[in-house]
Amino acid sequence: MPTIEEILKEIRPEFDFTASQDFVGDGMLDSYDIVTLVSDLDKAYGISISGLDIVPENFQNVASIQKLLQKYGRP
Amino acid sequence: MNLIFSHRRISGLLAVVPANERSFVDEMANFSFPPARSLKLKLVMGYDKHRIVDGPVCASDLACFGMEHLFASGKLGRDDCDALIVVTQSPDYLMPPTSSVIQGRLGLKQDIFCLDINQGCAGFLIGLFQAFSLLEQPAVRKVVLINVDVMSRKTSHRDRNSYPLIGDAASIAIVERSEDGTPIHANLKVDGTRREALMIPAGGLRLPSSPETAVLEDDGENNFRAKDNLRMDGTAVFNFVQVEVPPMIRDLLQTAQADMEDVDCFLFHQPNRFMLQKLADQMKVPYEKMPSNIVEHYGNSSGVTIPMAIVHNLRERLTRESICACLAGFGVGLTWCSMLMPLGPLDFCELIDYR
Repeated sequence: MPTIEEILKEIRPEFDFTASQDFVGDGMLDSYDIVTLVSDLDKAYGISISGLDIVPENFQNVASIQKLLQKYGRP
Repeated sequence: MNLIFSHRRISGLLAVVPANERSFVDEMANFSFPPARSLKLKLVMGYDKHRIVDGPVCASDLACFGMEHLFASGKLGRDDCDALIVVTQSPDYLMPPTSSVIQGRLGLKQDIFCLDINQGCAGFLIGLFQAFSLLEQPAVRKVVLINVDVMSRKTSHRDRNSYPLIGDAASIAIVERSEDGTPIHANLKVDGTRREALMIPAGGLRLPSSPETAVLEDDGENNFRAKDNLRMDGTAVFNFVQVEVPPMIRDLLQTAQADMEDVDCFLFHQPNRFMLQKLADQMKVPYEKMPSNIVEHYGNSSGVTIPMAIVHNLRERLTRESICACLAGFGVGLTWCSMLMPLGPLDFCELIDYR
């Protein structure tokens, strides 16, 4: 199973996602990258992230994405 | 607001799409994004082909083409149109109304009620509400409801967030009285405080079009659009749909004393595949009951996507039988509405190319 960092790297290979705490604010993810990320996380972890959870705050950094996945019972 | 109607039916449906088909892959070079990133988005959103007008084709051109087809094939008599409702966000002119343009071009009788409605993705249902109400008048026996948009002409070719999903199209629904008294439940909400989530900033009187409003500007995400172009706040629209639509459908079914299982088909406006599938997941509706394949074949044609979904997916079935359909439209305004109604059997259900 790919890690969150690996999934992010595949979407935007030009960025180091460990170096930012605010992916959206730092211009590393735009709204459509978040859509791609949700689709990849759904597939990788066998879940369906609710549309209600697809808000920029849940995709600010690796920790917030991890917290979101925990809500769906994923490590 | 809850609405209720009865003894009303859609008796026929025609969709018209431009013959000119473009593919997302061919247009990727217009966007300032690496191809791999765009291709990934293509898979998620369902971008593939879309139909857009070639040249200065207007709303009334698509509408008149469809109407002439109905006259020529005997599906509608020229003198049978007692009311003509045109729902569009891309009118031929600021004035006169596009319904008057169409009435004049087609040579329809003067004894007719013509009405334009400025609405988008909720426009098929808003148009049906008006059509149902007009049928209260004894003089009105047949309402022609035309939904039409040529939004490709108002969308920047360098805006990857909007252009790939846009489709141009028209639909013509014939609405009549019915002997079937099954209640048709509907509801409608509007929140104008969020009106800027979907808008064309320039071209009206608040900000008239000028050389300045035609200048392309970077939105900060490498999409280039002018104030004359369609502007969509994707995050705001997505959240609006996910928050407002499921409770609206729950309220509708509760009012109608119906269950999700009673609905044969959920025919929702189709902004893109991702948004619809997230709605289906949230509402626990199987994907096969909620078609999401219009954007990939034709593009998002605002108020025409619901009739397109009917014609593309249910053409054969609806000429034979009736189904319990849950329709929902949501978009510009912001406006959201839904309706539970028996749909079919239809006298005709057809899709034609505009050439």
